[in-house]
Amino acid sequence: MSAPADQDLRIITSRFDVDDGHTLAGYERTGGYAGLRRALEMAPAEVHGEVRTASLLGRGGAGFPAGVKWGFCPPGVWPRYLVVNGDESEPGTYKDRLLMERDPHQLIEGCLIACYALGLSQCFLYVRGEMAHAQERLAAALNEAYEAGYVGRNVLGADDFSVDITLHWGAGAYIVGEETALIESLEGNRGMPRLKPPYFPASIGLYGKPTIVNNVETLANLPWIVSNGGAAFAAMGAHNSTGTRVFAVSGHVVSPGVFEVPFGTTTFRDIIFDPRYAGGTRPGRTLKTFIPGGASAPWFFEEHLDIPLEKATVDQAGSMLGSGAIVVMDDTTDVVKACHNVVRFFARESCGKCTPCREGTSWLEKILSRILAGQGRLQDLDLLMDVCDNISPGIHWPPRQTTICPLGPSAVSPIASALERFRSEFEAYLPATPVSVTTTSGVAT
Amino acid sequence: MARLNPANLTVAQEIIGRYPVTRSALIPLLHLAQEQDGYVTEDAMAHIAELVGVTPAEVMGTCSFYEMLKREPVGDYMVNICNGISCHLLGSSELIHYAETTLGVRPGGTTDDGKITLEAVECIAACTEAPCLQVNYRYRNLVTTEDFDQLVGELRAGTAGFAPHGKLAKVRQHVGEDRWAGVSHPDGQGEPAWMARNPSDNGD
Amino acid sequence: MSEAETVVNITVNGQPVEASPGEWVIAAAERAGVYIPHFCYHPRMSSVGMCRMCIVDIDTGRGPALQPSCMVAVSEGMVVDTTSDQTRKAQDGVLEFLLLNHPLDCPVCDKGGECPLQDQTMAYGPGESRFVEEKRHFEKPIPVNDLVYLDRERCILCDRCTRFADEVAGDPLITFQDRGDQTQVNTFPDLPFSSYFSGNTVQICPVGALTAVPYRFKARPWDLTEVESTYPNPMGDRVVVQASRDQVLRYQGVDSDAVNWGWLADKDRFAFEALASDLRLRSPLVRGTPLGQPDPGGSELVEASWHQALALAADAIRVAVDNKGPQSVAVLGGARLTNEDQYVWARLAKGVIGTDHVDAQLDDGLPADAVLSLPRATINGACTPGGTVILMGPDPKEQQGTLYLRLRHAVVSDGVQLIELTPRATGLSHLAAHRLHHRPGEVAAVAAALVGGDIDPGPDGEIGGVSAVALAAAAAALADRADQPITVILGRTSLAEAAGPTVEAAAELMKLAKLLAAGGRPGIAFLPALHRGNVLGALDMGMAPGLLPGRVTLADGGAALAESWGSVPASSGAGARGILKAAVDGNIDVLILLGADPLGDFPDRKVAELALQNVGTVIASDLFLHSSAAQADIVFPAAGFGERRGTHTNMEGRITRERQVVTSPGTARPDWGIASELARLLDAEFGFASSEEVWEEIVQVAPSHRNLSLDAIDAETDGLVAADSSIVFSPPDSATLVPHVDAYSLRLVSSRRMYDRGTLVRHAPSLAGLANAAALAVNPYDFQRVGVDPGTEVQVISHVGEMSMPIVVDPGVPRGTAVFGYSYPDLDVRDLIDPASVVTDVRIQTR
Ligand SMILES: Cc1cc2nc3c(=O)[nH]c(=O)nc-3n(C[C@H](O)[C@H](O)[C@H](O)COP(=O)(O)O)c2cc1C
Ligand code: SF4
Ligand code: FES
Repeated sequence: MSAPADQDLRIITSRFDVDDGHTLAGYERTGGYAGLRRALEMAPAEVHGEVRTASLLGRGGAGFPAGVKWGFCPPGVWPRYLVVNGDESEPGTYKDRLLMERDPHQLIEGCLIACYALGLSQCFLYVRGEMAHAQERLAAALNEAYEAGYVGRNVLGADDFSVDITLHWGAGAYIVGEETALIESLEGNRGMPRLKPPYFPASIGLYGKPTIVNNVETLANLPWIVSNGGAAFAAMGAHNSTGTRVFAVSGHVVSPGVFEVPFGTTTFRDIIFDPRYAGGTRPGRTLKTFIPGGASAPWFFEEHLDIPLEKATVDQAGSMLGSGAIVVMDDTTDVVKACHNVVRFFARESCGKCTPCREGTSWLEKILSRILAGQGRLQDLDLLMDVCDNISPGIHWPPRQTTICPLGPSAVSPIASALERFRSEFEAYLPATPVSVTTTSGVAT
Repeated sequence: MARLNPANLTVAQEIIGRYPVTRSALIPLLHLAQEQDGYVTEDAMAHIAELVGVTPAEVMGTCSFYEMLKREPVGDYMVNICNGISCHLLGSSELIHYAETTLGVRPGGTTDDGKITLEAVECIAACTEAPCLQVNYRYRNLVTTEDFDQLVGELRAGTAGFAPHGKLAKVRQHVGEDRWAGVSHPDGQGEPAWMARNPSDNGD
Repeated sequence: MSEAETVVNITVNGQPVEASPGEWVIAAAERAGVYIPHFCYHPRMSSVGMCRMCIVDIDTGRGPALQPSCMVAVSEGMVVDTTSDQTRKAQDGVLEFLLLNHPLDCPVCDKGGECPLQDQTMAYGPGESRFVEEKRHFEKPIPVNDLVYLDRERCILCDRCTRFADEVAGDPLITFQDRGDQTQVNTFPDLPFSSYFSGNTVQICPVGALTAVPYRFKARPWDLTEVESTYPNPMGDRVVVQASRDQVLRYQGVDSDAVNWGWLADKDRFAFEALASDLRLRSPLVRGTPLGQPDPGGSELVEASWHQALALAADAIRVAVDNKGPQSVAVLGGARLTNEDQYVWARLAKGVIGTDHVDAQLDDGLPADAVLSLPRATINGACTPGGTVILMGPDPKEQQGTLYLRLRHAVVSDGVQLIELTPRATGLSHLAAHRLHHRPGEVAAVAAALVGGDIDPGPDGEIGGVSAVALAAAAAALADRADQPITVILGRTSLAEAAGPTVEAAAELMKLAKLLAAGGRPGIAFLPALHRGNVLGALDMGMAPGLLPGRVTLADGGAALAESWGSVPASSGAGARGILKAAVDGNIDVLILLGADPLGDFPDRKVAELALQNVGTVIASDLFLHSSAAQADIVFPAAGFGERRGTHTNMEGRITRERQVVTSPGTARPDWGIASELARLLDAEFGFASSEEVWEEIVQVAPSHRNLSLDAIDAETDGLVAADSSIVFSPPDSATLVPHVDAYSLRLVSSRRMYDRGTLVRHAPSLAGLANAAALAVNPYDFQRVGVDPGTEVQVISHVGEMSMPIVVDPGVPRGTAVFGYSYPDLDVRDLIDPASVVTDVRIQTR
């Protein structure tokens, strides 16, 4: 599991091996809530200033600087809300759950700091439905924190600072991780993304009011940033990708795990092959391909290994760090099956709002299933690409979309990556003698 | 009994009280109904509709969107085998196939004794522990076929220690009257008091 | 972003287009003649951007990018290209996606031939499907209610019906269910889409997923002939009437900006079934022998020729006039006729026969002179963003369907504040900013307090049953928005209450109107909410005592009109009640009923019964042989909607065309023709050869209609509003005294509901089953005092009668009040109502 590498560099996973780190006692003993106390000594705008200085990039996938996003709240419009995105569901992504289970108070403290900085008067902590243990740990931590006066009426005795945190939980739908769908879900609706513009819920969000949506990991960084200063955070990592980041490396590696590493300076080769981290491919196996940032990301190969885990560089190389999920596939991998697996995910998780996503992703999945079942036709390979093109015109990176949110276009990445590199493996699934496919509406070839 | 029972109604009222807009309590209340009956009955949906002030059709619209909310009875234990990409790479398909054969049901099906409902689910965020599964949303990591057999044995014997389907967290959020600051209604709120603080007030 | 910026310049396919700020690209393009294909976009609902069919290349300075034109607002300098290769490819792609799961059953689909999906496919679609997988399957059409079927396999999930149900009708009873490509539209199990407006979803469904029971498999679009017309209800809903083989098969709402925005109430939409009923009158009837021989003393109604029937009628009128003078002839009804029909009947009665005993209302409306003297509002005026609406009339949801939809939109989306001044909750209550539910009969006191400024509560802290606190809050809210238009929806909220209090309340509001007008404010205007289709046309055409065509009184306009008509009545006549009373007293020898059924409709049934017995000759012109017509001596079959031409006047005074598309059953004729024939037999030749010629005369002689030539009306998409009136509002001299209600009684309210058991509903098979259940509704507090289970039959006793009816509990009914529906022949509330009293109190006894 988590194999901490460099003790000094651990900011947000530092309590992962403190047995009682999830309790208030354990948290306080290890310096907990110091950041909140420090923040309350500052003016709210100063706290916001520190986060800007830290240049903290959002950890939920898009990597937008938190301090900048916070600035999008329209002045004079109240109330404003904080919504914590703890819906972590992107295949390969595994960090927010640990942060919630192992160090719930750190997240709570981060929420309080954000509320204080921006005048957010109620916080909703949206936890993925399937994470019963995380819900339990957060509920217990919240109950303790309320009792101890950290949350709720008159935080730490301040007569002017009161904020409630409401623990909310989902019920199983990946798309709810998309922030506007999250808000819909929080309002009791079907979790279908809202139209853009507005591009950020910061202008119009929950109940139509300014709303900051941040990822669990993003918020978990705040106590450290406030305690140590934004500059100290910015000094870690690379110029544009500061601080540390938590990556989950899974798949065909010797020691899969969740690692907090300096952001921007560590390379893919380091984190996949270094024995301090994932320890490389299994004995006798070689790397075939890897997904650098969650199921939505185009795949990387051998030649990308020396790219640093830095946002801009990875973007430029044609993929993304996304949600910090690195999935390694070695030479035993059946890429057609792997590709089908990821596409099936998007087809199953499409909310159904946009025609190209609803119909297109499931069509892709059906074609791939048919190919795997030995019923493929040569033209299916071009058809796959053309359907992709109709979901995401030009099959560009970053994707252009004919849809409301990026989920539909996400299904394009695995197909484009796999077909381009491993076309022969797809062809190998095609039957030697062309099949004719029977449909309900007759026979087509 | 399918509407919320008196005890759960009290819980429901407390949950509703934590939201500025009542409808937000919808999904938590559906979970509550599922906890009560093992699945969400139509009567419960109608009851929840009354509680949050929407039509039953709207409750159905929301309820049916989410995978976890079951509208038909399921087994005592949902065994959800992860079939996300990381688990797939490390043999989840084989594990699912093994489960199908030993349990004699397809994903979505419930064993004849009503104990186990098998599901093949998308990534459950335990990718480094592949292949993994959840029993009523509690994890089992690095599951081999032997582990699976043992688990099934324990589930059937009732010795595995899992709460029945529907029960999620064993701890609920509970806030004492005196500690609750009060929900922020979307209308009619001014700038929060602390926003007026400035550095010169430091350390009061 | 200067405020003065009212035009946004964009380019669409190379052509400059002026758009308004905030306008969607798709709408601006459409105005410029560039059609962008779409399925989910609907101009009267919010954009959801779901179908993605409308994506086009939009360049806002950063290069062209594909964007959905239904949710991108125009911006200065924007360049739109709807024909680029990229656009074409994307749209083809969307179309292909939509067709993947759509069945290819166009040949048997109701929508075939008028289906946007089919059209798009023909225009742009790929020739052959590349989809070889299994299509999605659902159980074939399922009923979502008694009128509408849903075929989920055909559904393309555009969210139009579900959005309509939620956003427009406020009945979110059909919703999306399940997710992704399994998504479907459905109801909650066993909870149908019971909405008064469900038929609109059929009209706006862009494919054949929703079909209307009365139209299913009836015709193919290319077999239909159609005309644009006006449905004769008080809103004057604009419709297209479609027929095939001389039978009306469908009404479709027309998007008239001023009126119904394309919507129709189901009751109106499906009423064409009644017109096609086998029970329609097809031939004149006269009294005769059981063997079918005409015989004035006969016990039966037998078929006769027009010649015979008209001659008998003319004779009866002539004899009556000769014997007892013109005032022994009276005319009741006419509110369902066209303006032209009304005018010719009015001219016959007042100009030829010389009687002023003419009344189009059956004592269930408001005095005509009051209605015509109040400053008139328009519907759009009432819906002005930021304005105030005071509801002091019947529940719009039950009685003026599309007005309800307009008001609902105004309140929900345009910030109109609604103040409800009614004796019970209405379908708009949950949207009202202030709900002032007064005791029946005491509305005037509440209105006075609302506008008068001084609220002097009695010892109980209330006025007319409304708490002083609530009144003060409403008064403050009203004053707060006094610089915006205030519209009063004025009508009779209860038929168990006299009209007096309502007129007095209007007088109170007029006081404020005068003050506001003096202060240069937009002031107060009134929308009369009266019953029966063209009732306001009837008042304008002089079908009321003391009035002449053109909103003038007999006293003021008589001399002028006599020059064209030859003569006018010597003195004012009586209204419906006076006419029937005179008949009871033997003073009416000929009673002409124009589409009127006093036995079924007049609030005082006993008087109506006695009157019909005592009148020498009853002449009825109607579509059906209802209870009153069955007692007539001479019956003329009249042409109904779709079978006649003419004009219609809605509650605003808006005049639009009614057009003909089928022929009448049998030998039925339009009323103007019947009246003209009778006039001729009475030696007065009007010389009308068509309804258009009638209108030409109306424009000549009716002062309020002087500039409203048919050409001028046709030149405007929404017709023209007759605005002038020479009648001055005169407040009632004395206030009605309302007796106290004793502690054991409940004060009765009786009003019409959408689906009652009236003639029309009963004759439309699809609607007949929808009649709202009849039950006495009381407040939970009063219900508890009665101490029975809901639905129990109780004995309800007033001091004029008693009857037994089920009782139900309804929190929308204030304490001390009991509500029962009007127009239920089998449970006739008129047995309880005391017509001689301002209000009626009842006691409830359990058995
Ligand atoms: C399909 C989709 C799924 C997403 N899932 C998640 C998620 O599970 N957790 C998350 O934090 N962000 C997720 N995001 C990103 C959120 O929309 C949002 O950008 C993020 O929560 C903002 O937080 P941050 O700025 O702190 O990163 C998802 C986005 C998309 C389009
Ligand atoms: S792209 Fe897919 S998931 Fe996103 S809003 Fe559209 S249909 Fe829903
Ligand atoms: S019309 Fe624009 S997305 Fe459907």
